[in-house]
Amino acid sequence: MLRKVLYIDLSKEESWVEERQELFERWMGGTGVGIRLLQEECPANTDPLSAAAPIIFSIGPLNGIFPVATKTVATFKSPLTGELGESYAGGRLSLALRFAGHEAVVIRGQAEQPSYISINDGEVKIKDATSIWGIDAQTTGVILRDREPGVGRRSIIRIGPAGEAKVRYAGVVVDTYRHFGRLGLGAVFGSKRLKALVISGTETIDVPDAKRYKEVYNRLYKTAVQTDVMEKYHDIGTSVNISALNWLKGLPTNNFLLSSFPQGENISGEMFAENHLFRRLSCAGCPIGCVHIAALKTAFSTHHEFEVKKVSYDYEPIYSLGSNLGVGQAEGVLQLIDVCERLGLDVMSAGVVLSWATEALEKGLITSKETLDVPLQWNGVDGYTRALENLVKAPNEFYGALARGVDYAAKKYCGLDYAMALGGNEVSGYHTGPASIVGQLVGVRHSHLDNAGYAVDQKAVKKPMEIEMMVDELIKEDNSRGVFNSLVGCLFARGVYTEENIIDSLETVGIIKTKDDLMELGKRIFEEKYKFKVQEGFDLSNVRVPRRFYETVSAAGLVTPETVEEMLGLYRKKRGWG
Amino acid sequence: MRFLQGVDPEMIESPAVEENKETEAKPVLRPAEKEAATPAKPRTRRRLKVAHPERCIGCLSCMFACSRMRTGTVSLQNSAIKVQTQGGIEGDFRVVVCRGCQDPPCARACPTGAMEKRPNGSVVFHKDRCIGCGSCEKACLVGAVTFGKEKKPIKCIHCGACVDFCPHGVLMLEEIPTSGG
Ligand code: SF4
Ligand code: SF4
Ligand code: SF4
Repeated sequence: MLRKVLYIDLSKEESWVEERQELFERWMGGTGVGIRLLQEECPANTDPLSAAAPIIFSIGPLNGIFPVATKTVATFKSPLTGELGESYAGGRLSLALRFAGHEAVVIRGQAEQPSYISINDGEVKIKDATSIWGIDAQTTGVILRDREPGVGRRSIIRIGPAGEAKVRYAGVVVDTYRHFGRLGLGAVFGSKRLKALVISGTETIDVPDAKRYKEVYNRLYKTAVQTDVMEKYHDIGTSVNISALNWLKGLPTNNFLLSSFPQGENISGEMFAENHLFRRLSCAGCPIGCVHIAALKTAFSTHHEFEVKKVSYDYEPIYSLGSNLGVGQAEGVLQLIDVCERLGLDVMSAGVVLSWATEALEKGLITSKETLDVPLQWNGVDGYTRALENLVKAPNEFYGALARGVDYAAKKYCGLDYAMALGGNEVSGYHTGPASIVGQLVGVRHSHLDNAGYAVDQKAVKKPMEIEMMVDELIKEDNSRGVFNSLVGCLFARGVYTEENIIDSLETVGIIKTKDDLMELGKRIFEEKYKFKVQEGFDLSNVRVPRRFYETVSAAGLVTPETVEEMLGLYRKKRGWG
Repeated sequence: MRFLQGVDPEMIESPAVEENKETEAKPVLRPAEKEAATPAKPRTRRRLKVAHPERCIGCLSCMFACSRMRTGTVSLQNSAIKVQTQGGIEGDFRVVVCRGCQDPPCARACPTGAMEKRPNGSVVFHKDRCIGCGSCEKACLVGAVTFGKEKKPIKCIHCGACVDFCPHGVLMLEEIPTSGG
């Protein structure tokens, strides 16, 4: 397996391939290679929306070769936080990259006019996208599908109007139902006038020892489908957590004013499954099929005329556009998800921005003059739909501010105490206790998935845990996820990829690693990421925690600022940061 | 969930596996058909069937299984089964497999006897006789014959490896009589 990086320069309209064996040997692939390439490509203090800012996609040595190694990581400088941007998506992208023969792709520069990139094995073309600029993300996929080769084995990733307008939390839609959602990769695409990237390939990979490969593959496959390590994702899906967290008082409701939602039952995973779920899908190479698709049927006349939309849902969008906005019917949630899909917005950031705006309007910090008479009120689905469209069009200063994220908007209009962001990133749907807060603060990309603090909290609810132990768990996850994200596996399959299984599967593709090697790699990757963060101005000793976290009871009871401070202190000490 | 119940993976690896191996396994026939069949043990062969196409989740596990088990490679091109999208991932999947025709057009079309019909009705592919003319590909209306990287047809051997790796019960192996059907 040759380990190559494809470079594409949009300004010069050039592309070339470099063999970077050493880079991959030392940094494995995925996020390890991603952060190193970012350091190479992105000089300090680069404007994230300028031609000088790169986009990097990378996969790891197991993608396409083993089950559930289905993700691709995008690494960039985030226009939302101004520091490390890192986002993961499934679909068919990692498979297409593998078979096109590129383990990493670096995109530089800025196109002169709206463009898209078409990669077909070794052939790379930069094509005119003027006629599809302005078109929603879904339709863009429909159009390119008919234009480009590779049916059934390609991946089409694209932005919607939000990315074009450089909304700081615009995402990139991957194969219709998956996303590089977080931290604004869509805006970086938009700034490069890059509408889409289509990739497909036909390579065949020979493994050194086919017999051993079959053995290990079978073992992993069997673990994924036969044991219960992935059962949760297979059945109701991640949305099963709505009921669970609602019951635990960990489900953020009305901008975290509450931690349980009286209408929670109406938007539970069970309710979605019962009444709306009509289909499940898989990322290529994953036998689980966790992608849950709902049919949203709405009458558009009184003569039994209906439109049917197919909308994918998960826990996070149900929190951010559901309970967090007081939306208590599944149809309402699906409508808002669909709007975000078309515009190409990150659902989590969008929901949190709207919930802040709703409260700010309630409290009189803003008026209908700012909202342009759009009624922003809990459960007001139509108002929220219009607001989402407005923040993309930015018809006035207020919506322009919303498009820059909740931190920015609250700094301008006040209300920082309930502007629910940590490290500049709008928070995910867990008010489970201190580990969730600290985990998102210290995490390399300020995501709940950096170290799963919410899971640590839930463990602590069941069996009380010293805060030092909580910090230890966060550090352990921070590091080990760095390794797993270099592979780049689906986080839902962590249970399948035990250390032993990782070592065995790497060995079948000719990569020999010990447990210690992997541990050391995880630590190194974490440190490189922090180097970049610090270079771009991130300072863990000066982070903002919205007061709201301390005012609303969590699954672990009221969290105090002292606990969070103490945990942060411990974390810094254990990391050797004094 | 069923997993490797039908086929021993070791067996698939061995070159001794023949296409459409004639079996004497208990035929899956309805009672009426059973009556009509010969009074002695009916001779049957195995055939891959897409039993529930609408249950497909598009995971491509079957395609990877086919390439892996038959050729030891990681490839979509080397797979004899094809999962196609129709109108993208939003549309329905179409699972294309060889029907194991009783009067196989692929064999009829082949000018060199590389696609050879055997007495039990199954088709065996002899790579050494193949001149890569593509006649079989054109003759097969269902699109089950595709050409791999080597410009030689990829032909299903009805081994059932894909069946064992389909997590959603889309595929099955059925027993069909060697004559008729
Ligand atoms: S390849 Fe096509 S023509 Fe030949 S036996 Fe199979 S389905 Fe029939
Ligand atoms: S039955 Fe065997 S040869 Fe035919 S498609 Fe399935 S795995 Fe491939
Ligand atoms: S393994 Fe089954 S579910 Fe997966 S793509 Fe193949 S037929 Fe569809």
